[in-house]
Amino acid sequence: MLQWLSQPWPWYVAGPLIGLFVPLLLLIGNKPFGATSSLRAICAAVAARDVEFFNYDWKRSGAWNIALVVGIAAGGFIAARVLPHDTSALVPASIFSWSALLSARGAICIVVGGFLAGFGAAYGGGCTSGHGVTGLASLQLASLIAVIAIFAGGIVTTWFLLPLIL
Amino acid sequence: MTATIDPRRAPPVRVTTRDDRAHVTLRALVPYAIAGVILGIILVKSEVVYWSRIQEMFRFQSFHMYGVLGSAFATAFLSMQLLTRRAARARTGETVKLAAKELGTGRRYWIGGSVFGVGWALCGACPGPLFALMGSGVTVYAVTAMAALGGTWTYGALRPRLPH
Repeated sequence: MLQWLSQPWPWYVAGPLIGLFVPLLLLIGNKPFGATSSLRAICAAVAARDVEFFNYDWKRSGAWNIALVVGIAAGGFIAARVLPHDTSALVPASIFSWSALLSARGAICIVVGGFLAGFGAAYGGGCTSGHGVTGLASLQLASLIAVIAIFAGGIVTTWFLLPLIL
Repeated sequence: MTATIDPRRAPPVRVTTRDDRAHVTLRALVPYAIAGVILGIILVKSEVVYWSRIQEMFRFQSFHMYGVLGSAFATAFLSMQLLTRRAARARTGETVKLAAKELGTGRRYWIGGSVFGVGWALCGACPGPLFALMGSGVTVYAVTAMAALGGTWTYGALRPRLPH
């Protein structure tokens, strides 16, 4: 059993399980499955300043999402320690390591990539989970637009921008 | 002061609703944290958090990510139908409901989505997986997370001047 769990899980196991988080979070407390609002809530908690976007009651409407992502980090820890499998080829150390951070490509992928992901997710009001799963599952046009735009941005970057820096 | 609403400008920040009040205590956050732990394990074990998997997806070299996203969508859609038809209630008492995302001019979704897509392809992680990666031991993603927080903060600061 443990050995089976240690294997990479196929899409037809992982996908439906991820999809079930939409009804699960609704049943727990009427929350929309997504991770983007955790970033907004953390900003509101540590550096709201006088920015209107962060001056909201994050404890009431955002803390649940921080709890979710803290749990995700703990889950990542458990997955890597209790059920390890070789992932060295999946995150190339030549780009995603502390030493690569000083190289141009490392800095672009790690820092610029993170910045744009955080900026775009907040601007677009959601990410892969919020728009791609929750939004589409409730048939929202806004989410369909977002998903098309996300893939357009990702495909252009992968095909034309990454070859220039890698 | 009367304010005329320009649809291209940022819509007003959403006000906290009554149903959010149940979640002020730490104890109320426990179910979300537990859900997060399970989700984190799934995200890492299915490899969807890894840069190479995202690259495969954008290069159309593997079905894996499309299979995960497609079946996640199908499961979420069917269970949403079930919950809505039965008018299911959340643990907190109210009928379950997903708030509609305001379409407006749609610009924020076009622009924000594509900027997010560029970032996702570069760093290989969207907000949820970012935390899963840090937990799984790829510690350099802490820098990505800080950068993502910087990005979100910058959006917040520029929000009144961006088209929505």
